[in-house]
Amino acid sequence: MADYYNNQDLPRFGDMGKNAPELWEKFQSWYGAVFAEGALTAREKSLIALAVSHAVQCPYCIDAYTQDCLEKGSNLDQMSEAVHVASAIRGGASLVHGLQMRHAAEKLSM
Amino acid sequence: MAALIGSLQSREHELASAGEQLRVLNAPVSRHPPFDQKLAESGLHPLTATGIEVFQINVGKLCNQTCRHCHVDAGPDRKEIMTRETMELCLEALAGSDIPTVDITGGAPELNPDFRWLVTEIKKLGRHVLDRCNLSVLLLPSQRGLAEFLAENRVEVVASLPYFIAARTDAQRGAGVFDKSIEALRLLNSLGYGKPETDLALNLVYNPTGAFLPPPQEAVEADFKRELLDRHGVVFNSLYAITNLPISRFLEFLLESNNYDHYMERLIQAYNPRAAAGVMCRNMISVGWEGTLYDCDFNQMLDLPVWGDASAHIRDFSAGTFGSRRIVTGQHCYGCTAGAGSSCGGATV
Repeated sequence: MADYYNNQDLPRFGDMGKNAPELWEKFQSWYGAVFAEGALTAREKSLIALAVSHAVQCPYCIDAYTQDCLEKGSNLDQMSEAVHVASAIRGGASLVHGLQMRHAAEKLSM
Repeated sequence: MAALIGSLQSREHELASAGEQLRVLNAPVSRHPPFDQKLAESGLHPLTATGIEVFQINVGKLCNQTCRHCHVDAGPDRKEIMTRETMELCLEALAGSDIPTVDITGGAPELNPDFRWLVTEIKKLGRHVLDRCNLSVLLLPSQRGLAEFLAENRVEVVASLPYFIAARTDAQRGAGVFDKSIEALRLLNSLGYGKPETDLALNLVYNPTGAFLPPPQEAVEADFKRELLDRHGVVFNSLYAITNLPISRFLEFLLESNNYDHYMERLIQAYNPRAAAGVMCRNMISVGWEGTLYDCDFNQMLDLPVWGDASAHIRDFSAGTFGSRRIVTGQHCYGCTAGAGSSCGGATV
């Protein structure tokens, strides 16, 4: 395999249903329901998905939700802020583990 | 997006030829099923007209702007404009019909020296007139009094404004166009356009500023109303979200940015049979600057006349004959059938 990530694979996501059609159908149905208009708008959900895409660092998801955010009417200012939210949580999540380090150090130290 | 660099024709670009555009669109790509096949699967083939509600006149390709997405390849260098003689034939055709709405487009239609005469004559026939306006034309010294003329004649203004942020609008329409557009919108508002207490309709057109589909029309209209009022004190009536069709300068952008296949796949993936049933070509006729008849302005730019007959001319027009015609379709038609649909009046479903 030449590349681990291939943008031609994104439209072939549905191939994941070939050997487990019932599971794929459940996933599709659940996924569709998650992103439908609800207590949150479809636009808000798309921005959350874009942020999470960056947190989990999925290039397929970043491509898909960049397009989806634009098609839901979000602009680059809003999308950039969403990515900063994801990044801040990732950064904060690392930093807050510093307390674990401090506890461990305290335990080990005189 | 790169800087605006003139019309395809002025650059002698191969896509200036309608034939070359059709060659690209019709290239055998297995992922792009023929549009007519999709229509057939929806029970809509062959697509036929359902009467004529809108008489659209393209009075020429001359424009003071050179927008990146222009499907007309309009610009200051384009000199093809409709003569008064051809306009008279349009008026005769209108007089012999009861088509209620006349949609005047271009280019910047106001730059045709006979524009005001044409509007005045159409109003004498008692028809509703709609002017597709790029806004900046209203500020040109040569067009003094134009906004007032439109207001006096109760002309509906349909104005292009792709976004409420300057950078995104200027990227598509040229540096400084957003500021001029806001100035022109304020001028129209000062005359009563877009105000709920008047009958002067001011509707805006949103085009995506790239290779993506427009957002839901009602959602983006709410954004525009809030942002234009808060940031600029501008009001308007409705916003029409229009999909960019993969032709002319937008096709150039798609090919140069390596977005063409992806965009076509997006349009095809979003094909909506309800949008296909309501496409605008089914209730309109489009007249080219030379008087040739087309099913829509996009077919006009691809040199696809009604019935595939280049001799179909406004002098031969009759609403009865043309109101039930078979529509000429092609791969570009996916642009009008994607998602919530797209027409000169925005979403169709």
